[in-house]
Amino acid sequence: MEGQLPGVLADPTQLHEPIDLRGTTLEVLEPLTRGMVTIRIAERILAKAREDGLIGGPVHLGVGQEGVAVGVSALLRKTDRIFGAHRSHSHVLALGSSPRKLFAEILGKDTGLSRGMGGSMHLWDEPNGFMGSVPIVAGTVPLAVGAAHAERMKGTDNIGVSYLGDGACEEGAVHESMNLARMLNAPVIFVVENNLFSSHMFIDLRQPSNMTARFAEAHRIPFEIVDGNDVLAVKEASERLVAAARRGDGPGFLEAVTYRWYGHVDFREDIDVGVARSAKDVANWRARDPIGRLARAMAAAGFWSESDQQALEGEVRLALESDWEEALGDPYPEESALMDRVYSAGRTRG
Amino acid sequence: MSQMTSYSYGTAMRAAFEYLLENYPEVFIIGQGLWSPWYVGNTMTELEKKFGKERVIDTPVSELACTGAAVGAGLSGMKPIVVHPRLDFMLYGLDAVVNQAAKWSHMFGGQASPNVTIRGIINRGGEQGAQHSQALHAWFAHIPGLRVVTPATVADARDLMIASVLSPSPVMFIDDRWLYDLEDELPPVQELDLATIGPARLRQGDDVTLIGSGYSTQLALEAADALADRGISADVVDLRVLNPFHPTEIVASVRRTGRLMVLDGGWRTCGMAGEVIASVTERVAPAEFKASPVRVTLPDAPAPTSRVLEAIYYPRLEDIVAAASILCAPGSA
Repeated sequence: MEGQLPGVLADPTQLHEPIDLRGTTLEVLEPLTRGMVTIRIAERILAKAREDGLIGGPVHLGVGQEGVAVGVSALLRKTDRIFGAHRSHSHVLALGSSPRKLFAEILGKDTGLSRGMGGSMHLWDEPNGFMGSVPIVAGTVPLAVGAAHAERMKGTDNIGVSYLGDGACEEGAVHESMNLARMLNAPVIFVVENNLFSSHMFIDLRQPSNMTARFAEAHRIPFEIVDGNDVLAVKEASERLVAAARRGDGPGFLEAVTYRWYGHVDFREDIDVGVARSAKDVANWRARDPIGRLARAMAAAGFWSESDQQALEGEVRLALESDWEEALGDPYPEESALMDRVYSAGRTRG
Repeated sequence: MSQMTSYSYGTAMRAAFEYLLENYPEVFIIGQGLWSPWYVGNTMTELEKKFGKERVIDTPVSELACTGAAVGAGLSGMKPIVVHPRLDFMLYGLDAVVNQAAKWSHMFGGQASPNVTIRGIINRGGEQGAQHSQALHAWFAHIPGLRVVTPATVADARDLMIASVLSPSPVMFIDDRWLYDLEDELPPVQELDLATIGPARLRQGDDVTLIGSGYSTQLALEAADALADRGISADVVDLRVLNPFHPTEIVASVRRTGRLMVLDGGWRTCGMAGEVIASVTERVAPAEFKASPVRVTLPDAPAPTSRVLEAIYYPRLEDIVAAASILCAPGSA
């Protein structure tokens, strides 16, 4: 596995064809499609609202990357312990979080996922398994290891999931965490969404190889490298890794190669801001659209027509626009929240 | 009273861990050197033999991952204690403490809080130098969301550790190896609510208020004894919990004595002693002071290794007594 990624995964001129449905059924494919479409449209609404100035803080959008969270989440339970980072809208929505609560959070409303205290970068939805996301790059990676280890100590077969990016792999915390996870045999899956960029900078300018799974090999952690824009490939690789973690084999590592259509933050494409990112690259990656490739495959297999796809997108859009409108009208936190939420009161009892 | 047993500060801490591991199955301890006697003094001797290496975990050299893992385990229903045998070495782990643990409750709307206890040990002197000596309690006390505990007595070494581990908020627990041989009677365990713990008066006096935390509190008690021989009676207040900081007890004492001296094993600039003095002077009118407040701290220099420099670096009892005597002299204001 030394050297560069299999060229095809990182090459934007390839993999534009419909994905291989591998004998799956509409029953499997419909929720995957709906999940990706929900994330796509929700983020489009956020992009527009940010552009229009309705959202005050930064939003890190993952349009184009929907296949990763949807594929991984197909294997997760609400009792698993999932941690994200700054680009985590897809992670919570794929777990079944309420889009209305996500919108409210990004608007700073008391009805939001984090009660209006977090915004886009600090999301929490433990009832759906999402323990928290923070923008300190790699900040949650050791936390996911500890949460996974705690589940093992409690005797459950719940697992931890740590979503991180290729940029986070440059942080020491990741390497300490992988070593510790291996030594503790913690049931945690490190999911690297390798979108080839960290902020503005292309991976070739930051790392001697554009394949992050090399770090898993160094720590003797089983790994899979997949096309992150093929939701079925992500799901199948996750199935193997998650099953191993649940049965006590310890950590796993999934590298999903993907691409963000927008820039690092907000609604612009950042063409020429980063090095080695051109309009042509973005157009080529758009042609590798995880939603479009699945829709075309479903149409070719006779599961799904173009009008079915449009009907689904229309239905999802209508519901999300209604959620957005409702969130806009929601209340902000009381002023007392500023001081009241600093500490948890009292003490716990065993 | 028949329940009283004699302990040292170090063995009292060990008693706390034993009590917690016995009574709370969700407690585990993780850190470097926990299976080795030279890392943590007499505070954890053979705990792994009694409770197993699954609950007393010796780790790779990974302060950040271990601290972060403890935070994550705390979020997942456990009550972990992460141990850093030297405070200096845990600086790699600051993200997990400052950005993650301390912020978690606030940034997620009070819906989750890691009940993690982070134990950092101060281990000074002995010509160990700049990176084996630091008392950084004031740093941690600056961070909202983090409770900072600095036990000075044998009973507090045990009961504040238990209270820290039972607290739903993250706690930075800082103990000092210079205290480990301190001996005292130890009453039965008390499960205290850390949120209600504030400074405690350890000695009653009318002429001057001496404030300390951790080892400085013991210096203050020794100074009070020496001052008593000179006819000066000192009120000694131990801070115990540096954050959240509640100065009420100290303010009441200074109103009575009119004189304030703060002892601190940290540096002077932006340190805890400055915070205590500011908090008191905000609340006590200038006319109520018989003299200006005084602080005795480390000089603003890294710890030296040379013994001649070390001898002038750490505050000595005779310097404290001399400064207090001047403070209490008539007309010293």
